[in-house]
Amino acid sequence: MTEATTEMYVLHVNGETREVRDAAPGESLLFVLRERLGLMGAKGACEQGECGSCSVLVDESLVCSCLVLAASAVGRRIVTVEGIAPPGAPTDVQQAFVDAGAVQCGFCTPGLVMATHSLLERVAEPTELEIREELSGNICRCTGYGRIIDAVQRVAVARRGGGA
Amino acid sequence: MSVLVPTSLDAARDALSANPSATVLAGGTDLMVEVNERRREVVDVIAVDRVAELRAWSHDPVSRTLTIGAAVTWSEIEDAPFLAWVPSLAQAARTVGSPQIRHAGTIGGNLGTCSPAGDGLPPLSALEAVVHLTGPGGERSLPFAEFMTGPKRNARAAGELITAVTVPVLRGPQGYAKVGVRNAMVIATAGVALVCDADAGGVRLALGSVGPVILRCPEAEAIVAAEADFAAGRLAEPALRAAAEAARAAARPIDDHRSTAAYRRHAVGVLTARLLRRAFPHD
Ligand SMILES: Cc1cc2nc3c(=O)[nH]c(=O)nc-3n(C[C@H](O)[C@H](O)[C@H](O)COP(=O)(O)OP(=O)(O)OC[C@H]3O[C@@H](n4cnc5c(N)ncnc54)[C@H](O)[C@@H]3O)c2cc1C
Ligand code: FES
Ligand code: FES
Repeated sequence: MTEATTEMYVLHVNGETREVRDAAPGESLLFVLRERLGLMGAKGACEQGECGSCSVLVDESLVCSCLVLAASAVGRRIVTVEGIAPPGAPTDVQQAFVDAGAVQCGFCTPGLVMATHSLLERVAEPTELEIREELSGNICRCTGYGRIIDAVQRVAVARRGGGA
Repeated sequence: MSVLVPTSLDAARDALSANPSATVLAGGTDLMVEVNERRREVVDVIAVDRVAELRAWSHDPVSRTLTIGAAVTWSEIEDAPFLAWVPSLAQAARTVGSPQIRHAGTIGGNLGTCSPAGDGLPPLSALEAVVHLTGPGGERSLPFAEFMTGPKRNARAAGELITAVTVPVLRGPQGYAKVGVRNAMVIATAGVALVCDADAGGVRLALGSVGPVILRCPEAEAIVAAEADFAAGRLAEPALRAAAEAARAAARPIDDHRSTAAYRRHAVGVLTARLLRRAFPHD
């Protein structure tokens, strides 16, 4: 049995071991990532699981980091948007968001990029309905979603081998 | 504050028995909302999302039952093999929140919260699920109808863990339908579960979000059981309408910020008729 106390516990984030010290009880993973570990990729808006801007992978599963009790994630592999590609070398999903014009203010983008990677891992060639359903946990106030769906489809096509 | 992450049921039970006021944490999708909003303080936490026994399920083909561990997630339940064994529960699972919520949220957490709007609960009511608990006083099992005692109230005692639910694997159509203000990520304004037991000629209907607990509809169930032809998938339109009307009448909705009582009652009639038409396509 693992025990984490708020005085000190260890998280595995983006392949690194990170110590968290003197945490307050009840801190969410989102809070710890941003305020204690300096990883600003995951965004906080609603802190109630509605907007998806805080989406990260925990043991390869897409979850809202605002709803993960940080200290309960000891021993799990956490991947944030900072961990999916080195700076300056975007993933195909990130590049497709840029190319398709799926980024306006960009606040929702890290969460949507994580959700899109997760979606395409599970469904290689999603229909538009599947994309809408799979991204229903990510809210974007700017784009109207059309270009986001376009970006997802571009990646699916490119991964299949380029042709239409 | 300490957070314990046991990996066996014995360790989880012992930890909770030793500290009955500790908070049990599964997927956190109900609990962490309260923590983030400062409506709930957590001091000592026992996280059950890595307890092997709670993460497991087992299908017994002899007794034709399925036992689902409390920490099984909605994203697991929404797919095969659950879709074939307990279609109403799998369909309900698919309507919970978003992919993010379904990856974390568990059936045990839905039972722990026991909201009348919990989407897992009408199917569990209609399936006449048995809820298994373990605690300092040993193990016990309760029918769902005795487990849920009120809005966000249940029979779980301090120090008890919900370990699993057992449901029958039945032959015959099932379904779950809900209405809300969006197509996804929405709390049910009303939800209806239909479960048929073709071998026994039985029909069960359960209503969510329209009463303090999940409501069964004995009158509507009796109408369908008497009039339906399971083999032919046939239910005459007048009987179907009478059953939907009886379900409407069984609802005990209230007005609140999500809906008026009148709309909820109307929705129950529409959803019941819809589920019956899907289950019995021929009239
Ligand atoms: C954005 C959002 C959308 C949602 N949409 C829906 C929806 O559409 N339909 C729906 O039904 N729900 C919805 N929910 C609510 C929630 O996701 C579900 O109720 C889910 O099943 C809760 O499971 P959990 O594992 O996350 O529970 P947790 O939050 O971990 O726990 C919930 C409660 O149960 C107790 N508990 C958990 N496991 C056990 C156990 N094994 N033994 C004893 N006690 C236990 C906890 O102590 C706590 O009191 C939504 C939540 C969010 C944040
Ligand atoms: S901040 Fe986590 S879902 Fe909105
Ligand atoms: S680009 Fe602004 S919220 Fe999506």
